[in-house]
Amino acid sequence: MSSEKFNYEKKNLPENFIKLGYIMLGTGLILVALSFLTDKTRSAFNMLSVLMFLTSIGIGSLFLVGVEYLTDAVWTTPFRRIAEFLASIVLILPLLAIPVYLNLHDLFHWTHLDVVETDKILKGKSAYLNESFFTIRLIAYFVIWILFYFLLTRNSRKQDETKDQKLTKVNIRISAAFMPLFALSITFAAFDLLMSLEPHWFSTIFGVYYFSGTVLASLATFTFIMVYLSEKGYFGNIVSDHYYSFGALLFGFVNFWAYIAFSQYMLIWYANLPEETFWFLQRWNGPWKYVSLGFIIIHFLVPYIGLLSQPSKTNPARLKFMSVWILVAHFIDMFWISMPTFSKDSIPFSWNELGFLFFALGLVITIFAIAYRKYNLVPIGDPKLQRGLNFRL
Amino acid sequence: MKENLLYAISALFDSPDKIIKAAEKVAEKGYKKFDVNTPYPVHGMDGAMKLPPSKLGYFALVFGLTGTVAAISLMSFTSIFDYPIVIGGKPFFALPAFVPIMFELTVLSAAVATVISLITVFFKFPNNSHPLHDTDYMKNVSIDKYGLYIKADDEKFDKGEIEALFKELGAFKIEEIYYDEEEIFHEHKIFDKKFVAALVLISIFVSGGTYFTLNKLMFMTPFDWMMNQNKGKVQSASIFFEDGLSMRKPVDGTVKRGALPYQFQNKPELASKYLVNPLLPSKANLKLGEKKYNTFCSPCHGYHAEGDSRLNGQFPNPPTLHSNKVRNWTDGRIYHVIMEGQNIMPSYSAQLTREERWAIVLYIRALQRSLNAKETDLE
Repeated sequence: MSSEKFNYEKKNLPENFIKLGYIMLGTGLILVALSFLTDKTRSAFNMLSVLMFLTSIGIGSLFLVGVEYLTDAVWTTPFRRIAEFLASIVLILPLLAIPVYLNLHDLFHWTHLDVVETDKILKGKSAYLNESFFTIRLIAYFVIWILFYFLLTRNSRKQDETKDQKLTKVNIRISAAFMPLFALSITFAAFDLLMSLEPHWFSTIFGVYYFSGTVLASLATFTFIMVYLSEKGYFGNIVSDHYYSFGALLFGFVNFWAYIAFSQYMLIWYANLPEETFWFLQRWNGPWKYVSLGFIIIHFLVPYIGLLSQPSKTNPARLKFMSVWILVAHFIDMFWISMPTFSKDSIPFSWNELGFLFFALGLVITIFAIAYRKYNLVPIGDPKLQRGLNFRL
Repeated sequence: MKENLLYAISALFDSPDKIIKAAEKVAEKGYKKFDVNTPYPVHGMDGAMKLPPSKLGYFALVFGLTGTVAAISLMSFTSIFDYPIVIGGKPFFALPAFVPIMFELTVLSAAVATVISLITVFFKFPNNSHPLHDTDYMKNVSIDKYGLYIKADDEKFDKGEIEALFKELGAFKIEEIYYDEEEIFHEHKIFDKKFVAALVLISIFVSGGTYFTLNKLMFMTPFDWMMNQNKGKVQSASIFFEDGLSMRKPVDGTVKRGALPYQFQNKPELASKYLVNPLLPSKANLKLGEKKYNTFCSPCHGYHAEGDSRLNGQFPNPPTLHSNKVRNWTDGRIYHVIMEGQNIMPSYSAQLTREERWAIVLYIRALQRSLNAKETDLE
């Protein structure tokens, strides 16, 4: 196993990458502001799907960091910082939640007390679905996420200077505590923010469905940046085995998403109960039908075939393309879940929605760039670093 | 003894680092026919040996897709053409319901076929003789050493050069491996002409014999004697009886043992008036009544005679026996219904003896009483 010791020196991010982030964020912000001025309700729905999209990337990246510690994986160690940088998105999530929270009455049917009064089912659910409890839960999710973001990344950064191996062990413990809280918080966040858009509908697998998309989105972003940077030589001598592992994990979660999405659909289709099927019927009538059917191709078949063979998992161009593809597919997924509540008969898609997409992607790049400037790209104090760089399948 | 034929030159190393380096070097020198044996998978060996990507994936792909197609064809054929049944109001071609089976069959056939093709195509099963067997080299690499051998039919094979190379790489033991005499011109016995011919002959003989025995022999003369007996059979014609039927009716006026003729056929009023329950409501009689009621009556009337059996709703609903009408009937009237049936209810005279019928009447009375108990019953 011949590979020379890796010497980390801090390089600047490619200019174009940062510029792209600023341009997207700038245009996005302008369009989002215009959109809020012209059509408030529609923008609130868009904001909600963007919030969930960014939650996916942020908290999903933190989950990936935790998984690396828990499984004692070495092959992600050199790149772990990418996930840590992306996880800092959770810090601005409360900020993004403000426009959603201000438009709560436009978004969530169950916040109207007069409607709840006459609706027997909503009345029964009102012990859980009421504004004050909702607010408490929302704050609790953000507190949990931000707390664990600081706990995990602080130790990792401290290790850069102290090279203290014990910090890895501490982080393993923190990750173990984080996992159950992550599972609960993300499940209930999906229930509260997405499923309760249709408060009569319920699906117990919905949390897992959102989780599968979360991991997929964060892994796709992670993979894209990792491939992009290592092609430019930011990580020294990276071999195809690293690419292959990312590709295989991405491929695995493409299948996991399809498995969960299909499980949810098939059980509801089979049981054929009106209180469950109406959610899918909303997405089966009118133009939404093409989105629903297109999902099979967009979210499953294309990434599945694109990542199936061994060479495609080690091909950097293919990996980058598939990562962006999956990321956009997850954006459409969030859009597909939240939008039909707002507009049943037509797909609202024009500059407003593009603005929100630009805003989200620009924000991801910009936050990554800011975090990059502040911290080391490689965890130079991590005891697993050299083993990670020498990783061979 | 003939001169031995050289199969390969092997070298043993004592660390994974050395074997990787050796594999890299040997591949670099341009040797094609060499292989590495290690007690466990050594990471990075594929790259060091410069192996091309395995073709096994294509086997998995082809057989996996075969499984998918087989599943969807099977499901479509059975549920659209062969035996169409509406299940849960779904269409005959219910794709979502097929998907799990398609998935399972894809995974199953891909996994099984991959293992089988790995063994047969890549490991050349059933080849069970190999020059490496029973050598010190093999014994060492299956315990804790790392081995490499270069085959003698490699284009660049040169004994002296290879031995020097191995020494340079740090091999602690270099060994020449020869074919065993019988392995040199070894052919698989399984493809031996005589063996194949015998297999074919045996299978023709067994299947032909089975077919002949079951479909021909049983209908030939001495073996068909049991079938062709001189006796009248159900539904067959008779030349003996005047009406030409083999099946006979009992002589007029015959009475079955233990049976009493029923005098009140089609006369419910008379039955109601003159019939009296001959049984006493003893524990044994009620027990008998309960048993027979649960067997013959409960399927429709329900265990509590409320007409609430599982047939309720799929059938003209069986009536409750707690109605005023039935409660006011005499025992004889109920007995008459059991004897003759009523509306859609058939007669139970053949299934139940006289005593059992009366026991059922007793039990029905007890059931009725249970819902309309008198004050005095509490004492």
